[in-house]
Amino acid sequence: MKRAFPIFGIVTTVLLGYGLREALVVAPTEQTMGEVQRIFYYHVSSAWTAGLLFCINFVASIAYLVRRKAKADALALASAEVGVVFCTIVLVTGPIWARPVWGIWWTWDMRLTLTLVLWLIYVSYLLLRRFSSSAQTPVIAAVLAIFGTLDIPLVYFSIWFLRTQHPQPVMGGGGSIDPRMLHAFLVNLVAFSCFGLLVCWARYRLEVLRQEVEEMQALESLLEARGSR
Amino acid sequence: MSYLYAAYIITWAIHIAYLSSLVRRYARLRREIQELKNR
Amino acid sequence: MMGARGLTRATLLKDLRLEWRSKDATNAMLFFALLVVVIFSFSFDPTAEESRRIAGGLVWVAFLFASVVALNQTWARELRNQVLDAYRVSPAPPNSLFLAKVFGNFLFVIVLEALMTPLFVVFYNLHALGPAYLLLVVAALGTWALVVNGTFFAAISLRTRSREIMLPLLLFPISIPALLAMVEATSAILTGEFSAKFWIVLLVTYDLVFTMASLFLFELVLHAE
Repeated sequence: MKRAFPIFGIVTTVLLGYGLREALVVAPTEQTMGEVQRIFYYHVSSAWTAGLLFCINFVASIAYLVRRKAKADALALASAEVGVVFCTIVLVTGPIWARPVWGIWWTWDMRLTLTLVLWLIYVSYLLLRRFSSSAQTPVIAAVLAIFGTLDIPLVYFSIWFLRTQHPQPVMGGGGSIDPRMLHAFLVNLVAFSCFGLLVCWARYRLEVLRQEVEEMQALESLLEARGSR
Repeated sequence: MSYLYAAYIITWAIHIAYLSSLVRRYARLRREIQELKNR
Repeated sequence: MMGARGLTRATLLKDLRLEWRSKDATNAMLFFALLVVVIFSFSFDPTAEESRRIAGGLVWVAFLFASVVALNQTWARELRNQVLDAYRVSPAPPNSLFLAKVFGNFLFVIVLEALMTPLFVVFYNLHALGPAYLLLVVAALGTWALVVNGTFFAAISLRTRSREIMLPLLLFPISIPALLAMVEATSAILTGEFSAKFWIVLLVTYDLVFTMASLFLFELVLHAE
């Protein structure tokens, strides 16, 4: 288990390097959008990874409420924080792509708005964790995570009803995609998922360590209080 | 073309910023552990 | 022993009586909403046509901000006198306390809306082109959506530092679909240009989902150690 982390790290680095080469060099240039379309490989992979991490957050929150294990709470915190980082990247690369293609930085279209609302919900989750530094934090944070997840389908339908301007997903669009593009996309998808899980793992270990240190400090001050009496 | 590079550079800038914040937090924890051990 | 319903009624009546005597929350909310109305109408000064289109947004933003004032007061009194601790050790069902608070806040906000709506109508020359009775449905559903989540998140933010700031930070992001639905439904009815049906269905779903979730999870929040 000790070895698994560095091995996973090396594999992820190799995958990311390979993905970068595939995205910038190997994949052919798209005809209508030009070079800018290559942002797609990072943009969509980051969005997918953010979604993956938010799912982990939901599962870990429920696991915490059921089992009350501090490690589940550490995982919930780690996945939410890293998920927000990836979500931020989606929100930043999106406008950089939109500007040359649509001529505007931002539009209130469906997926942009959905991502923004998702980002807001999880930032408020992290704020709640920051503002509350008591033993009750894990419970109320887990409860808020469940509320946030319940909210996502409602956000989706409400925004779906306002029209969409976003390019439709390329996947379902029937065979017109170049196989080298698909390959570059899939490599980046896997690489970013691994990278997200790796960072989440690191953050998780950091949080577990922090919990241990906190426990040690509490124990220490307890012993000191007893010794001085 | 510059938009493309901007997007890639910003992506990695955000990741590096976040990772370095993790390293900083880890270093602080290490220090606290050392202090606990020295007592 | 009192039943769950008796407990809800007792708590609700106690809150209403306290509010009737002090009128703290009502006064604060009313004045706050009035200020919002005046400032908005200064800064926009729209024609009747335009105001019909933007009024939905203005009205609900004003009510949202004003209701946060009432929601923040919800648990403060109980915390001061250790009522919540007493409640935690008693065998009383937590949900009856929660429901009493939700009904109380619902009444306060509805009263606020009933008093403020005429002002909006006067200041913005409003007059609905669609079926106006539907506005009542939208108001009831929308207020319930704000209040049920607001009361729940007020209980959550009790456990944090600077809880007055925390409540809107938690409440607003989660309320986005409800707010969107209220605003769009109100504009639809006022302009009479499109149907409000989808938005009303969405509001009903939102209310159901979050009422169930709150009733299911409130015990955890109350007993959180």
